[in-house]
Amino acid sequence: MTDSAPPASYATVAEKRASRVRWMLLAPALAVLLFAASGPLLITLVYSMLTPADYGGVIWEPTGDAWFNVFMQRDIFDDTLSWSSAHLSIFWRSVKLSLMTTVGCIIFGFPTAYFIATRPKQQRDMWMLLIIIPFWTNILIRTFAVVELIRNEGTINTLLMWTGLIDEPIQILFTEFSILVGMIYVYLPLMVLPLYASMERLDFSLVEAGYDLYATRMKVLRRIILPLVKPGVIAGSILVFVPSLGAYVTPRVMGGGNQLMIGNLIELQFGQGRNWPLGAALSITLLAIVMVALMAYVRTAGKEGPGHG
Amino acid sequence: MTAAAISARNLRKVYPGSPDVVALADASIDIQDNEFFTLLGPSGCGKTTLLRMIAGFEHPTSGTLTMHGEDLTNLPPYKRPVNTVFQSYALFPHLTVAQNIGFGLEMLGKPKDEIKKTVGEMMELVKMSQMADRQTGQISGGQQQRVALARALAPRPKVLLLDEPLSALDFKLRKDMQLELKRLQTETGITFIFVTHDQEEALTMSDRIAVMSAGTIRQIGGPRDIYDRPAERFVADFIGDTNFVPAQIAANTGNDAQVTLSSGKTVTAKMPEGAALTGKVTLAVRPEHASIGAEAAGLLPGRLSEIVYFGTDTHFHVALDDGTGFVVRSQNRPNETLPFSTGDRISVDFAPGVGQVLRD
Repeated sequence: MTDSAPPASYATVAEKRASRVRWMLLAPALAVLLFAASGPLLITLVYSMLTPADYGGVIWEPTGDAWFNVFMQRDIFDDTLSWSSAHLSIFWRSVKLSLMTTVGCIIFGFPTAYFIATRPKQQRDMWMLLIIIPFWTNILIRTFAVVELIRNEGTINTLLMWTGLIDEPIQILFTEFSILVGMIYVYLPLMVLPLYASMERLDFSLVEAGYDLYATRMKVLRRIILPLVKPGVIAGSILVFVPSLGAYVTPRVMGGGNQLMIGNLIELQFGQGRNWPLGAALSITLLAIVMVALMAYVRTAGKEGPGHG
Repeated sequence: MTAAAISARNLRKVYPGSPDVVALADASIDIQDNEFFTLLGPSGCGKTTLLRMIAGFEHPTSGTLTMHGEDLTNLPPYKRPVNTVFQSYALFPHLTVAQNIGFGLEMLGKPKDEIKKTVGEMMELVKMSQMADRQTGQISGGQQQRVALARALAPRPKVLLLDEPLSALDFKLRKDMQLELKRLQTETGITFIFVTHDQEEALTMSDRIAVMSAGTIRQIGGPRDIYDRPAERFVADFIGDTNFVPAQIAANTGNDAQVTLSSGKTVTAKMPEGAALTGKVTLAVRPEHASIGAEAAGLLPGRLSEIVYFGTDTHFHVALDDGTGFVVRSQNRPNETLPFSTGDRISVDFAPGVGQVLRD
């Protein structure tokens, strides 16, 4: 690539420079991915196949015990094998509550996003700000604020008893329902943001065209709006479902320690349980559940109707 | 006489956001069956508001709207036998051409065979049969226009509304579509209500035109009425080119009047319907209805200030002695030599009954 090179090679020089610039732009993200994501993940995977040390940490003796214990348990008296019902019920609760959270966020988030997207342009930012403001508050404080509302001596129960509708406080806190309420509250903005982004781009003359062509409100929603904002629904569902499945703070505070989700179970193994390999194996299991669920979801959601959503 | 296809009575629209602006000021209009009716006016004149009210997208602040005598005023758009061709076409991007055209029929709950048959006919009608399975993003603007038309025609509406559907097309395509629309209207026998700001489009296609400005209907009439007998200054100015000549009413005989021009000469002019005007008025004279001649011969003397050659015709710009300007347009003939040149003293002349007295 000297000055005497034929003109044709100028293109090659430019191409090489462009490729160098691309790599330089990529480098920071690659470094973060390598050291902060792949590295720890690899360590977790390795730890899940080692022996627990007495006071936390690991001993470098390979064993499959942790993985065995994720799914199975051995009876302490007669050594019979059975499925680990405690773990499986926590997995099931996690998946169930995460799905319900996602659906709940769609139910509450869709009308909200539609409302904001149909406001005059200069008002939309204000409404979006109102959605985002809770995000600036610490999640723990937000969760405790909900606790204050629904606990036995809290605002809702006090009000209901004062009006005479009930004689005794309703137990809302420390149930699966309270976890659900807390998670929907915490993750709702993550649904509203992508939904709003896709609705804002929606050409509302298409909605009018739908009405004009004899489609009722429900038909317009199902046949025109939903197919066109599907990318937003999918993105929002992923943004809500994934952190819900690994949620730790909300189930801890709202569930009171007896309604565990996977996140709490993992924390237990690294903390009081002092079984790092089991915690590591559970973490990998969580990751696997997320990936399987996402692949299944994207596949079915992407299939519906013609076009590429 | 049967009830009009669309009958509007004192339709008024004031948007809550801007209470000072009257988008539509007590518009009354009767549109007959099988009519190609055009709402013509500059942007913001209320023509689109009126169209959207007929479609059901806007609710009138006051007034009533009926179709063949039945009240439409509070009927939602999906219950009105009216379809719209949108300015942006508004084709559903997630559906194919055929699915777009069949959408209305499907929503009406028609059987599958019938939908398939009608969609086929409609694609035939707008010459889009080859494109049935294309996505709407893969076809050209002119083709999208045809699909939008077919989609709106497929449910066989009683009235078809067209909201400036040709404005996004290039000149040549627009000319073709003008003829095409007229053909479709004749073939289907559906009442067309067409909104445009293009006066030429309005004149070539319409059976009748309503000229609007500032939320008010200024004049309703056939293309010839509107062009030859504009009722007021706005209409004369908006449609075609017009010379405005100051005049004084000398004698009023109802349909006609004797008017005295600035030169002192008197000529017969037409009066607007139902107007009893006296004193100072304005006369509208189309450039092609006037001629130039020797200084003493005509009505208005002046100096020929400019000659502009346009191919089909020549424009003579005249600076009249009263200080106003006047343009005369005359058609060119082969091997013609112009009798006058720039700077000559000449006069403008027009026949009795050519000038139109305007309401202000």
